[in-house]
Amino acid sequence: MYVIYMLWLRQLKRYVRSRSRIVAALGQPVLYLVALGFGFGPVFRKAGEGDYIQFLTPGVVGMTVLFTAVFSGIELIWDRQFGFLKETLVAPVPRLIIMLGRTLGGATVAVAQGLLVLVICFAVGFRLPGPGAIAWASLYMTLIALMFTAFGTALASVLADFQGFQLVMNFLVMPIFFLSGALFPLADAPKALATVALLDPLAYGVDGLRHAVAGASYFGPLTDLAVLVGSSAALLALGSYLFSRIEL
Amino acid sequence: MILAEHLTKTFGDLVAVRDVREGEIFAFLGPNGAGKTTTIKMLTTLLRPTSGTIAVDGLDPVAHPNEVRKRFGIVFQDPSLDEELTAYENLELHAALFKVHQPARGARIEMLLKLFGLWDRRADRVKTFSGGMRRRLEIARGFLHTPKILFLDEPTIGLDPQTRNQLWTQVRTLNETERVTVFLTTHYMEEADRVAHRIAIIDHGRIVAQGSPAELKRQTGADTLEQAFLALTGNAIREEETGPADQMRQMVRMWRGRR
Repeated sequence: MYVIYMLWLRQLKRYVRSRSRIVAALGQPVLYLVALGFGFGPVFRKAGEGDYIQFLTPGVVGMTVLFTAVFSGIELIWDRQFGFLKETLVAPVPRLIIMLGRTLGGATVAVAQGLLVLVICFAVGFRLPGPGAIAWASLYMTLIALMFTAFGTALASVLADFQGFQLVMNFLVMPIFFLSGALFPLADAPKALATVALLDPLAYGVDGLRHAVAGASYFGPLTDLAVLVGSSAALLALGSYLFSRIEL
Repeated sequence: MILAEHLTKTFGDLVAVRDVREGEIFAFLGPNGAGKTTTIKMLTTLLRPTSGTIAVDGLDPVAHPNEVRKRFGIVFQDPSLDEELTAYENLELHAALFKVHQPARGARIEMLLKLFGLWDRRADRVKTFSGGMRRRLEIARGFLHTPKILFLDEPTIGLDPQTRNQLWTQVRTLNETERVTVFLTTHYMEEADRVAHRIAIIDHGRIVAQGSPAELKRQTGADTLEQAFLALTGNAIREEETGPADQMRQMVRMWRGRR
């Protein structure tokens, strides 16, 4: 337990100490909020769908958690290249413990970043239905964060350097984001697109967040929770397995 | 203390380090690409040997990795500190990973930081450290959990003579006071000559000579260890292989996540 705690603490210290990283990671969500939120807002309202900022906030928060979590997981490549990974791999501690410490730390960082974006959303006009919504939103953020930190760790375990990283971003992470219904309602999407979204775990995360902060749900909150818990568990298992097989 | 026989790894290395004795400083020398780092990786559970037997303090690293890991400390050829953490935090994390608990932990960290001249900088982040300070911190970390064996893989590379000199003095001190067996590699022959009790010279994955520095010099009729080394391993420069086949292998390893 103590080892998990220390590795978790390490991730947090690294996050808090790299202020430029925090600010840089806020840039993209703010751009989406301002450009899309205000840009598409009038069209969205004319189409009778209501306030776009209200709709977009869960999507942008979900995106922030997704990207931060994947990066936290992928940071493993960094550790591998700059050597710290070796230090943990020669420790008399099961690999599973090391993977858990890293993943919990990375997930915590992703949730913190998501909450930060949520605060910014307030500044541009987003409103919560009630204080309990924060708790539910945090739960969904935690699940998204765990799932994608584990996903990032799994990827980083099979990629030995940054060369494959762009490939992963363009062909895995970006599609996961764009197909999740973060930016548009799945209910009105063409059948093909809505079907693809069924296979995207982030779709359930964004949908759950939307249910938590706006009361509307496409899949239903129980389905959201079940899928998120299930895929988090599966990706944690996969990440642990691949991490345990790393050789240097 | 360390025994490795008929050891192979797929790229064709073949090593037999016979019996490193307890409490000695053992230097493992050889040209680039001779198999030094690979051997150390196999001894320290980071690579599985393709075949052969290894025993570290009587235990097989493949069968009992965690038991073996408790018994050795290692300073890798490349840096392995967390630069965002302070010197003290790096050691604290190591103590947690190697189960060095309070109250022993604080005292041990203090003693080592003082010995290696880093106590005044303990609260500074490692990224502000010079190369020599980082190396000292890594060696201090290697000793932190009072290992029985310390592996030092080219620990003095790129350091100035003052730092190298001081570093070996500190390692010798700990070798004598704590009876730690030290297994080191280096390209600086005068260092090995000065520090090591016994030396093995490896070339093309094979041990070509083993003995005390004096024995090796006598055996080859050389005045210095460097001459003895060249007499045993030849004058040809070893290029690291970078043919197309090798690059392909590198790619495959990258995608499989191995190096």
